[in-house]
Amino acid sequence: MTRWPWIAGLLVAGIGAGWFTTKPSPLPASALDGITGDATRGAVTFAAAGCASCHNAPDGPLDVLAGGKSFTSDFGTFIAPNISSDPVHGVGDWSDLDLASAIMRGVSPEGAHYYPAFPYTSYIKADIQDVADLIAHLRTLPADATPSQPHDLRFPYTIRATLGPWKALYLRDDWVMDAPTPELERGRDLVEALGHCAECHTPRNALGGLDRAAWLTGAPNPSGEGRIPDITPAGLTWSEQQIAEYLKSGFTPEFDSAGGTMADVIRNTAQLSDEDRLAIAAYLKALPETLSSE
Amino acid sequence: MHRKAILATTALCLSVSAVLAQDLNEEQQRALTARQAHMGLYGFYLTPLGQMAQETIPYDAQTAAAAAGNLAAMAAIDQSAFWVDGTDSSIETSRARAEIWTDPDGYLQVKQGMAEATEALALVAGDGLDALKGAFGPVGQSCGACHQTYRAPAN
Repeated sequence: MTRWPWIAGLLVAGIGAGWFTTKPSPLPASALDGITGDATRGAVTFAAAGCASCHNAPDGPLDVLAGGKSFTSDFGTFIAPNISSDPVHGVGDWSDLDLASAIMRGVSPEGAHYYPAFPYTSYIKADIQDVADLIAHLRTLPADATPSQPHDLRFPYTIRATLGPWKALYLRDDWVMDAPTPELERGRDLVEALGHCAECHTPRNALGGLDRAAWLTGAPNPSGEGRIPDITPAGLTWSEQQIAEYLKSGFTPEFDSAGGTMADVIRNTAQLSDEDRLAIAAYLKALPETLSSE
Repeated sequence: MHRKAILATTALCLSVSAVLAQDLNEEQQRALTARQAHMGLYGFYLTPLGQMAQETIPYDAQTAAAAAGNLAAMAAIDQSAFWVDGTDSSIETSRARAEIWTDPDGYLQVKQGMAEATEALALVAGDGLDALKGAFGPVGQSCGACHQTYRAPAN
């Protein structure tokens, strides 16, 4: 009888300790000190990071980030929020640090965890200058007063605190690949950080963490339809030039054309420079052939 | 000659019966074969145009004009007979999304986009490499616009 309060006390202490060690941790207040964003460079970063592909309204123009697109997953359906410059329904009144913490740490201005459908798990690797540029560009885009809609998730994923331990396991800022040349380094920035290619092209474990041992080797499509392809040299035999052309025009070397969500990606990569597209290709060709998702 | 004809007929019968195992009737199979051949022909004519635009083969005005003309002619035809019920991507051999049937207006709109882009290309494809390159981009975008919504991913 007298044992129960003890156990309850331990439980509360345990949960408290767990919460403390996995509580939302934003960027340090000084993260943007001495950094000024450049909106022109930010337009390229905005395309490279694919922001509009998720945050524009369904069938809406790419620069109106009203949200509303839905994304099916094993955990339920996520609805992309309004991130336009509207001060009430968008992010217009957020500080630069609020935005940078959201993008790079998955933490809201109120200190809550975001779900990793928002690929901060990739953006955490981005250069803080790139993120500052991106934020400067976001502020130039039009406001839209469409309210954000709630996600439609299954229990227990509705509890955002569960993301604390998840982040402790899977929110990592170390690179997967070495990048010994400036081109590979740029390619790695574009593939691993901004372009967040792995979020779709790498398989996940039961908890939704990326399986780094099978990096970019392809994965089931979360929509349940078809399979997202292996883009390591084992699965993608195109030359660097052919990969770069695909990212520009959407045409494969056989002149088939990209479809599905990759058509959205092409709309973004078409806005990059030839050098950037070749850097992505160089990175992909430098991936080891031995990786396997099976 | 006779033997060839018999062999060809046998091969055809075999392939048809293989498909029948999937419960497709003849009309469904004919539509599926025809539209997949149609898509294959797009690729056939896009290839020299794309290779010239990407400068992996030298520009040739006559080849470009002929290919672009054929592409435009193909994009303009009435396709309504292609979309026989029961041939969407729920069957194994089809990647045509059900949206083609449920959203015919949206589908016709992207098809019209391709008809216009290929017609614009056909008008200038023989006028030099720069003209070809300029008009080829929108053709690629029109392909992507349709595949984005109306083609299911490969398995």
